Amino acid sequence: MEFLLEPLTYDFMVRALATTAIAAVVCAVLSCWLVLIGWSLMGDAVSHAVLPGVVLAYIVGAPFALGALVFALIAVTLIGVVRNTSRVKEDAAIGIVFTSLFALGLVLISVTPSQTDLNHIIFGNLLGVSIPDLIQVVVLGVVAFAILILKRRDLTLYAFDPTHAHAIGLSPKRLGALLLGLLALTSVVALQTVGVVLVVAMLIIPGATAYLLTDRFSRMLVIAPVISVVCSVAGIYLSYYLDTASGAMVVLTQGVVFAGVYLFSPRQGLIGTRLAKARRKRSVATV
Amino acid sequence: MSTPAIAVENVTVHYGEVLALDKASLTLDHSRICGLVGMNGSGKSTLFKVIMGMVKPDSGRVLINGEPPMKMRKDAGIGYVPQSEDVDWAFPLSVRDVVMMGRYGHLGFTRRPRKADRDAVEHALERVELSEYADRQIGQLSGGQKKRAFVARGIAQGATMMLLDEPFAGVDKRSEATITRLLRELAEDGATILISTHDLHALPQLCDEAVLLMRKVLMHGSPDTVLQPENLAMAFGLDVMNRG
Repeated sequence: MEFLLEPLTYDFMVRALATTAIAAVVCAVLSCWLVLIGWSLMGDAVSHAVLPGVVLAYIVGAPFALGALVFALIAVTLIGVVRNTSRVKEDAAIGIVFTSLFALGLVLISVTPSQTDLNHIIFGNLLGVSIPDLIQVVVLGVVAFAILILKRRDLTLYAFDPTHAHAIGLSPKRLGALLLGLLALTSVVALQTVGVVLVVAMLIIPGATAYLLTDRFSRMLVIAPVISVVCSVAGIYLSYYLDTASGAMVVLTQGVVFAGVYLFSPRQGLIGTRLAKARRKRSVATV
Repeated sequence: MSTPAIAVENVTVHYGEVLALDKASLTLDHSRICGLVGMNGSGKSTLFKVIMGMVKPDSGRVLINGEPPMKMRKDAGIGYVPQSEDVDWAFPLSVRDVVMMGRYGHLGFTRRPRKADRDAVEHALERVELSEYADRQIGQLSGGQKKRAFVARGIAQGATMMLLDEPFAGVDKRSEATITRLLRELAEDGATILISTHDLHALPQLCDEAVLLMRKVLMHGSPDTVLQPENLAMAFGLDVMNRG
């Protein structure tokens, strides 16, 4: 008990845990669609490409989310343009655009004088979350979460069968754009926790883990955030006691849990399916 | 008579430099089942996309019940059964979930289903004889059951026009017979049905008419006429019926 309560006596730890829990939930919910559409690389791209937007927003004193959205839009547009108007394939187009924008962000950071260390955007600064930071994470997180949950059926239809979505009068283009917008918003939420570099982990691992555990999308939407929150909180406690980098510890915990599920999931796991088969054989033999 | 269900008028479509449809014209009346026959690349999929309004023709136009496709889409009147290759069968959805997607066009902002929608889904599942498989993940069905699940989606939707892309590919004989019977019933109830298929042998039992497509409509008539070897040779460039 003491073990769990001691860190909570520090305000900065409480804020860190609150921020992480919110980011973990929103990222995990979004990740369910990303892994099923095959947009993991897109998640990687957008979460990196928002960096110059966040830095510019800092310079002019605008909300980070606004800068991030603008640059997410620029990134997606550029990727589409390069893919459609040259012989370069999509994965290369994504790689070129996001690394270039990310580099632009790094250059901007290097020439921007600031009191707060902008490098925190890159690796996260969980233990230095201020009250305004927390408020921003709460507001953006709640907005993104609410839209994702209210529109979950449309988004799932879009992920599964965009042609049918079109046939019944919906706009797959608009649903895709909505998902990308939410991706940009969510990137900003997660920036604070694990930083630009590791955001993509929070946007892929929970969904992929849940996908190995269930055949129902509705259940994925519960399993992914639960796993994500548990891993993230555990990661922060571990980093507190082991004195390691907090953002990295959060991601590492998620990775370890994924590995466990990958091996031992009774439905899909590498070892789990074999164990289940052996058990069935044994029970048949005893009958 | 009245306005045709589908009127494709001189439609031309290019993808970049590639000509996909070349002044294709086609008229189809209500309650008819029409088979669309042609090679890969003959423009079958493009014709479907034009009818659904997913691809805008470079020239020509499509009218559905005398109006642009948009109207029919908004009324959720167009049902679509995709090719197997276009579906992610590992997607974590049950058969019932997929059939429920047919109702989305009738539902509100969050697409929360009401009792009437659930009833429509159960009824559609019964009609395609999949009630006992309703809770299975879609990938765990046989080839024929998968097709029937998507036909059920169109039934639950209340579609008055059904477009089916290769519905008999990878389907056993029994399912093929079930699907044929279902489509005939739907047509009798007033639905207009357009089917693209490689399965020429199934055509005469299934279809009222057939269309031979090779970027333009080469021929449109009874299945028996269209399936004459000399006519098929025009579209395929060889005698397909006797091959193998």
